[in-house]
Amino acid sequence: MTNRQDMTAQHELPSLLDDDPAVEFERYELREPPRYVFAVDRREFVGALGAGLVVVAWPADGQAQRGGRQARRDERLADRLHIGADGVVTVLTSKVEVGQGSRTQLTQAAAEELQLPMDRVRLIMADTAACPDDGGTAGSRTTPSTVPRVRSACAAARVQLVELAAAKLGAPASDVRYEAGRFTVSDGAATTLADLAADRELVATFESASPADVALRPVEAWQVLGTPAAKVDAAAVVTGQHRYPSDIRLPDMAYGKVLRPPSYGATLAEIDLRPAQEMDGVIAVRDGDFVGCTAATSWRAARAVEAIESTARWNEPAPDEHVHSDQLYEHLKQTAAEEGGRRGRGGREWGDRQAALESAPRRHQSTYHIAYIQHAPMEPRAAVAQWDEGRLTVWTGTQQPARVHSELQSAFRLGADAVRVVVPDTGGGFGGKHTGEAAVEAARLAKAAGRPVSLRWTREEEFTWAYFRPAGVIEIDAALDDAGRIVAWDFTNINSGGSAVDTPYRTAAGRTRVLAADAPLRQGSYRALASTANNFAREAAMDELAEAAGADPLEFRLAHLEPGRLRDVLLAAAERFDWRGRRAAGDFVGIACGTEKGSYVAACVEAAVEDGTIRVRSVCQAFECGAVQNPRNLLSQVQGCIVMGLGAALREEIRFSEGRIDNASFYDYEVPRMDDLPELEIVIVERPDLPSVGAGETPIIAVAPALAGAVYAATGQRCKSLPLRV
Amino acid sequence: MPDTFTIRVNGTEHAVATDADRPLLDVLREDLALTGTKYGCGEGACRACTVLIDGEATQACITSIETAAGSEIETIEGLAASGQLHPVQQAFIDQAGMQCGYCVPGQIMTAVALLRSSPQATDEEIVAEMTGNLCRCCNYENILAAVQQAAGRAPDASAP
Repeated sequence: MTNRQDMTAQHELPSLLDDDPAVEFERYELREPPRYVFAVDRREFVGALGAGLVVVAWPADGQAQRGGRQARRDERLADRLHIGADGVVTVLTSKVEVGQGSRTQLTQAAAEELQLPMDRVRLIMADTAACPDDGGTAGSRTTPSTVPRVRSACAAARVQLVELAAAKLGAPASDVRYEAGRFTVSDGAATTLADLAADRELVATFESASPADVALRPVEAWQVLGTPAAKVDAAAVVTGQHRYPSDIRLPDMAYGKVLRPPSYGATLAEIDLRPAQEMDGVIAVRDGDFVGCTAATSWRAARAVEAIESTARWNEPAPDEHVHSDQLYEHLKQTAAEEGGRRGRGGREWGDRQAALESAPRRHQSTYHIAYIQHAPMEPRAAVAQWDEGRLTVWTGTQQPARVHSELQSAFRLGADAVRVVVPDTGGGFGGKHTGEAAVEAARLAKAAGRPVSLRWTREEEFTWAYFRPAGVIEIDAALDDAGRIVAWDFTNINSGGSAVDTPYRTAAGRTRVLAADAPLRQGSYRALASTANNFAREAAMDELAEAAGADPLEFRLAHLEPGRLRDVLLAAAERFDWRGRRAAGDFVGIACGTEKGSYVAACVEAAVEDGTIRVRSVCQAFECGAVQNPRNLLSQVQGCIVMGLGAALREEIRFSEGRIDNASFYDYEVPRMDDLPELEIVIVERPDLPSVGAGETPIIAVAPALAGAVYAATGQRCKSLPLRV
Repeated sequence: MPDTFTIRVNGTEHAVATDADRPLLDVLREDLALTGTKYGCGEGACRACTVLIDGEATQACITSIETAAGSEIETIEGLAASGQLHPVQQAFIDQAGMQCGYCVPGQIMTAVALLRSSPQATDEEIVAEMTGNLCRCCNYENILAAVQQAAGRAPDASAP
């Protein structure tokens, strides 16, 4: 196989695990050597030797940049927030906004602890030159990890500010009443945040103070958190003023275009750049396998690449060296290996599984196929790169600014301080923007052009050269006793990954495991990761087992669930949907539930099948994520997850052959549209007594299996693949 | 070789010297610095690039500057030129009609064209027209609610 991505880390990236070791391992599985190895220029080489140093590929200690997160108690308040002379507080974080609502939520978090209106708080996000490193934006970690960190800093700042105001006003701190940026003492004297901003002592305090041990405002006292705050920059979005990465413009900026290989695994043997170089204002560059052009417009840059495309000679793998999508599942199964299972972290064994499987009165085996799908964010990969005396600044859309920073350092052999990555609020991610391809390419083009370069991938490039949610084969072998209880559960996932691989249901004996396989496409994170696959297969199997046990799908699940949060959402969805009544009436309905990343979801779906096409009539979904920080955004996230999940259930599937993507277009890869929108009913199960957890991913995992159940009710046919086939 | 084309954009006339087959989208974004109109696919499949050409919702990515020459073009930047948000823009804010927001300028321009010809568009009309505009955040429930509001109706409440 020449077109697969090598799963071994030939070129080890710094550890990209989030600060919480419980975060999915697979999220960071996209470890691969850089796509381009740029030549060392002579001066650079001599310089490196002269210094007596090896040419450094990565910062010697990838953790160094991340120390701020790991040693949170050493974090200085000055790294986290600044108070402006206008009384506006600027809060800094490495998190990015890709539509999930982090900017608004973190603004609420800061405003809550600073007891300020939201418009007095401004966020600077994801600028590696300015922001403390809170990690990448992944794993639903902003809510449980970054929100508390921002709140701690702001709460500590508030305490410091009150003390400073007390000193300034000549009163004890206990006498200071603080409200909305104004400090008042009992004799009527007052000062404001804006006044204190100019105080040298404040600067000194923020330089030395850390956020440790200040109590956060309790949920019952929340005034800003917990409210349905609108997206903070909504007005800029609706007027077209917000600058996404692809909208960044710099003086004297050129536009770039990269020549793509004709198929995966192809390497460039030779090319004649002259036809492009002869074009007015065009710079053409080749560096190893990298070829690109810049021009005054993106149109001219694309024409320049076209002009040299036919002169390129590529060494391509033979067509039969590539795996085709119609051989995908067979290939995954044949190459599945327990050894080297980089994604094999999920999984455990309990009880005497084999004995139970062999002796139980009823045994049920099932296999499920999960297609490759793509995130396809509306804004494709884009970057603007600018060099200034050997220092590189790149504005780009990524969920991992620190990782992209490392990629740039490596590609151009730069010290950490010579690279700056800035992530403007970006047009969608869904787990699909963890890498920095466009950033590296734009930087290489800008280096060649000697001026800033803007590069935006085409949709076809995004569909072909970004990465995919892993495909998978899932095998389930289960057994029931005479009472219809699951006594054995053997669950094997090949290639998808370990999210939600464990079953939440009571089973006497079992095993769950994840096997690595030879992946024909470049694969990585996706919204809710492999739980979209594992939850589908498990819940589909639960329906099949329920039928084998002669039980209703809801009652069968309840019989295997302990009291708790999952059971609560399952009952909440079933009651709102009138599951029992609609089952009795013979409606075509399905039900499913699941848990991942600490939140809980259950969905009921009504569907019909007409002329071989599935029509989704209604979805009723219950969701619980602890204390709700923004009910308005939560509702949007749950609704969006449901409809996105329906896309993967109904139609989305990447097809490929001979090292090419066969449906690299929105005409051929059909994502959900407004006319796919079913009737939606959302039940938010309120748990203000529980810590808040992230909510942008897990609401996607229940709708596909619930729909499969509804399709079975309508047709009597079990759908064991994503997308569902009828 | 570049020719010169004249277009009126949001009421201002521009003479653009450029290649005749260049997409209007690129001219707006690169030559006129009107980056509110977005690239989503470059082949007319997603309508992120929707602008109004002589009042018609049109995909700027598959309209050449030569075709657009002589036309009156409205982009997202022109809607609130008076400093007052257009009712459709306000409705998108009120109804949380955006997550990442990248598709929103195109959504709004499509809705503006629809509501000019059918100010009280029915749900069927709205879905039929808006279904061509992709939103990968799949925020369709709220986008529908926003257009319903702009059409003068109370949006269907799906909130708990």
